[in-house]
Amino acid sequence: MTSLPAATEKSLGLVIDLDTCVGCQACVTSCKEWNTGGHMAPLTDTDPYGGTVDGVWFNRVHTYEHTCGGAGRTVHFPRSCLHCAEPACVTVCPTGASYKRASDGIVLVDEDKCIGCKLCSWACPYGAREFDAIVGVMKKCTLCVDRIYNENLREEDRVPACVAACPTGARHFGDLGDPTSPVSRLVEEREGVALMPELGYRPTNRYLPPRARTERAPSIAAAPLEDVAPDGGFLGWVDRVLSR
Amino acid sequence: MSTATARGANSAPTQRSLPHPHAPIEGDGVETSPKIGDTVAKTTCYMCACRCGIDVHLRDGKVRYINGNKDHPVNRGVLCGKGSAGIMQHYSPARLKKPLLRTGPRGSGEFREIEWDEAMQIATARLDNIRRTDPKKLAFFTGRDQSQSLTGWWASKFGTPNFAAHGGFCSVNMAAGGLYTVGGAFWEFGEPDWENAKYFLLFGVAEDHDSNPIKIGLGKLKSRGAKFVSVNPCRTGYNAIADEWIGIRPGTDGLFVMALIHELLRAGKIDVPYLARYTNASWLVIEDPGAADHGLFLRDGDGKPLAWDKTANAAHPADDAEIAPALAGSYEVNGRRCVPSFHLLAQRYLDKQYAPEAVAERCGVPADTIRRIAAELAHVAFEQAIELPVAWTDTAGRRQETMRGRPIAMHAMRGISAHSNGFHTCRAIHMLQTLLGTVDVPGGWRFKPPFPKPCPPGPKPAGKDGGRPMTPLSGMPLGFVTAPEDLLVDEAGNPVRIDKAYSWEAPLAAHGMMHTVIRNAWKGDPYPIDTLMMYMANMAWNSSMNTSETMAMLTDTDAAGNYKIPYIIYSDAYYSETVAYADLVLPDTTYLERHDCISLLDRPISHADGPGDAIRHPVVQPDRDVRPFQSVLIELGAKLELPGFVNEDGSAKYRDYADYIVNHERMPGIGPLAGWRGENGGASGRGTPNAGQLDRYIENGGFWHHELAPGERYYKMANRAYLDFAVEMGFLPKAEPVVFQLYSEPLQRFRLSAEGHGAVQPPDAERARIRDHFDPLPIWYPPFEQALVDTDAFPLHAITQRPMHMYHSWGSQNAWLRQITSQNRLFVGRPLAASLQLADDDWVWIESVNGRVKGQVRVVDGVEPNTVWTWNAIGKRNGAWGLKEDAGEHNRGFLLNHAIGDLLPPDERGKRYSNSDPVTGQAAWFDLRVRLRKCATADCGLTEPRFERLTPPPNVAPPPDVLSFGAGFKVRHGADAEGVS
Repeated sequence: MTSLPAATEKSLGLVIDLDTCVGCQACVTSCKEWNTGGHMAPLTDTDPYGGTVDGVWFNRVHTYEHTCGGAGRTVHFPRSCLHCAEPACVTVCPTGASYKRASDGIVLVDEDKCIGCKLCSWACPYGAREFDAIVGVMKKCTLCVDRIYNENLREEDRVPACVAACPTGARHFGDLGDPTSPVSRLVEEREGVALMPELGYRPTNRYLPPRARTERAPSIAAAPLEDVAPDGGFLGWVDRVLSR
Repeated sequence: MSTATARGANSAPTQRSLPHPHAPIEGDGVETSPKIGDTVAKTTCYMCACRCGIDVHLRDGKVRYINGNKDHPVNRGVLCGKGSAGIMQHYSPARLKKPLLRTGPRGSGEFREIEWDEAMQIATARLDNIRRTDPKKLAFFTGRDQSQSLTGWWASKFGTPNFAAHGGFCSVNMAAGGLYTVGGAFWEFGEPDWENAKYFLLFGVAEDHDSNPIKIGLGKLKSRGAKFVSVNPCRTGYNAIADEWIGIRPGTDGLFVMALIHELLRAGKIDVPYLARYTNASWLVIEDPGAADHGLFLRDGDGKPLAWDKTANAAHPADDAEIAPALAGSYEVNGRRCVPSFHLLAQRYLDKQYAPEAVAERCGVPADTIRRIAAELAHVAFEQAIELPVAWTDTAGRRQETMRGRPIAMHAMRGISAHSNGFHTCRAIHMLQTLLGTVDVPGGWRFKPPFPKPCPPGPKPAGKDGGRPMTPLSGMPLGFVTAPEDLLVDEAGNPVRIDKAYSWEAPLAAHGMMHTVIRNAWKGDPYPIDTLMMYMANMAWNSSMNTSETMAMLTDTDAAGNYKIPYIIYSDAYYSETVAYADLVLPDTTYLERHDCISLLDRPISHADGPGDAIRHPVVQPDRDVRPFQSVLIELGAKLELPGFVNEDGSAKYRDYADYIVNHERMPGIGPLAGWRGENGGASGRGTPNAGQLDRYIENGGFWHHELAPGERYYKMANRAYLDFAVEMGFLPKAEPVVFQLYSEPLQRFRLSAEGHGAVQPPDAERARIRDHFDPLPIWYPPFEQALVDTDAFPLHAITQRPMHMYHSWGSQNAWLRQITSQNRLFVGRPLAASLQLADDDWVWIESVNGRVKGQVRVVDGVEPNTVWTWNAIGKRNGAWGLKEDAGEHNRGFLLNHAIGDLLPPDERGKRYSNSDPVTGQAAWFDLRVRLRKCATADCGLTEPRFERLTPPPNVAPPPDVLSFGAGFKVRHGADAEGVS
């Protein structure tokens, strides 16, 4: 239905380090705060102070436990649009509202064309689409398209809000289509992964996996402790140390 | 990539803007350069106590966006989940609008609005009468107060000793444990050397204090491949990314640490030269059991502690760098037998009762793990020591060409603090750091100026006479006692303060005991009060233990129908649970509408590389009839004609808080802010008030920070250049070394008094408790509740953890944060859940000896098997915080405090002590023991206990059904928006 560009000039995306993310939600609320006044404003909240509170969020963190090699682990997993190279959410769109930019690869929604049919949210296996029931259109992560080129911001601030806010520095941004870019090198070094690549949507974002506990624990080659002075006694040893 | 030098914490090449950060030609009509705001105001966050720098983007007077200030030394541009949701706090529907006077019964929430003039008249008349008759009948307790140097000073000038903030509930064990041991403390007074540490040991829940610096630091450790070991019963938050998680049993951290110390001593893996230079290890302790000075330091005629000089074979002042001090052995000096204090320390912890195998079962940590951690600590400290090529000179004049460091850093917070054995546990952690030689060295744990200070700092608590009419106290109400003579007790040994801080029940209560005030005032023990004035202290809910009974005490009446606590004045910006219990409500502003100072006289935000302070200033104007509490307090001070608040002619000395911040001098030349002092703003630290000071702060982004020279940044306890600087700044009276007190003489003085020595002795009934808990070396004992309840009947520990996106009770009014958590669950380990046949979403009664509360279960793996836990302060009272009738917070969320006693079960004499640490009075709310009982089907669905819905304040609009915040900021196709929603 909606066609994709044959290729994109850049493949902008995020790299998220699951070995460092503490699940603090800074990326979640900084995203909400920027974007509720940004390109897809507002990110409507319904029943904001009641029992059925719900809202539009472009980025959510899920926390879960899993077992790996006999050891349990808690993982904080931030989830947002992966800006796929072959996004089903775009090809399924009947109106051309969902589209992938040829210049930078960002997947966006043109609200003027969106009829709120929700086909894209059914097509996206990553759950990245957020329907704004009050406005009646589909919304999603824009990769802060209104920040990363924004001439009203200092150049150093032209990064997605989530990357700027992240207190542990677990989020990275750049051109993943350029193998020489800093983010591509980071992905290579840390063996970053795409989510569910078998589905064939070729996500752009990458996740740096938590290192297996045994591996990620930097090896401390510590020999077992021996008694310092099995014969002379500890206090005699102390005295000798200071005499040296 | 940006050409400008990358600033801020997130400035790695992978976190910068694109090489050419300008819009490509896409032709899709997207406005890529919308205008963000008209102005950017730089101020200080107040979404928690971390106090980060923020850039507030304003558009048409509305807050568009808040991000971290990249230049700010606390957060360096990043901002946490709370800070990034500040907009919703500022626009909360729970904001109070106007002063309120109670019309219905206390606790009903029925008020009428009054004008500020009337409110001030009522408060002034009440307080004036108290001050003229018996000033201690004003109990002034503040909560998450960031202006304690003002509020404490006000109380002092009013003449009441009954002042404290909420530190006694929160963290005084950490503060006192550190200040009495190393002259600093975790969090506000010290921080890990994130740049250089190779091994980081984190004890207990630390997700709230402090927020961004720890997160930035963890990111640095990860990027450098340092090892991160966490010790916490719950594998949540930071523990999730630890390289090794040690799921310890609650309340046994001290035992674990002492076993590490045992191992290090046994193997000789301690930094003996460091101990000799920077600690009291060599100080001679008198060994004369039964004598009045047994266990005290042997001193010369000038009062100087003596050490045994092995060269001269004689006792000599320990501060002489030329001697070769003995750390072990037994010596006779002037007929007195004495031993170096380290000798006692080594004997204590080398004992097999501290061997890993002896503690493993109680800690729930295998002995092999304890041995391995000790070996790792030893390896990193002694085989991976680092050296910075920075020369420095110590206080003895010894120049050293490098700064050597043992790169092990530690941090601890509430998980240690909120136990009744927390003071000693905290001391044990500092002892472990010191034995390894890791305090204020490269890679270790570092002091933040103005710390270190003498152990403990100088000022004693004032108010021993209980306060006299129309008379200020001789000093500040809170301080540091070093001997029984300093206690605030009368001749019979009874407490002087309403909270019984600095009494025999809590001698070192350096932060007061907020958690005892309501019960004591209700009971009239030690005396009735007239007025309880509180600020930001949510004591009718999450800032009390035994919340249900506390609420009942606030509304209880005597036979004549008068409230037992006669009058309550409360100031808060929001409709918290406590507002409903006030007789007079003074509505505060939000953090974006006010002046504040984050002062070195108060709770500093310094960095280890240099002191700093900051301000808040109004970046938006209130749209309600509210006033900043500090300005109200200053006005009250003037109306009451308190010394210091009025000029000689009786006129107000300060216009408002901003005027006070600039012009108040605590000592000549030293005021609330250290930056831009002196007539022209050229002075730092000391200088006359500068009328343009606040403007200079605003120009600089809202903060002042002084970067220490490289040679001043470590070894501050004995670094001559640093100590000279500290004196110049007014941090310290003299440039003398701060000697770490591993062996604590003040504690021994209390023990001696309990044994019958000295002029001031405890009442007989308190002797054993003082003797047992005032050990000059750290001890471990089972948490009190555990020792007093039937642990077969209550087999589980129940504790809380801090969600990183919520701060105390504030988060639930925040439309965004409450979407992340509006209901807390009880997290139950899988084996325990199986044994109780519990599954996700089941309802359980959490029953303790104190009470019970009902919540919903979530089964997890990452928890110590005998522990259940929940998120702190998510459960709310119906009607508070602007929440609707069906909100999850009060229907399904629960407050564990209902099950936590404010008193301990009766001891063998039938006495019920406060549920507190016996040394510092710290509230021991992590000691809770519970059992779980699955709810019958009919009992499921709603939490209990439940309370009547609070009536919303007058003229407060009901919260909206839909929030479209930001719609009006939207920019389309290059056209600027008109108006905002």
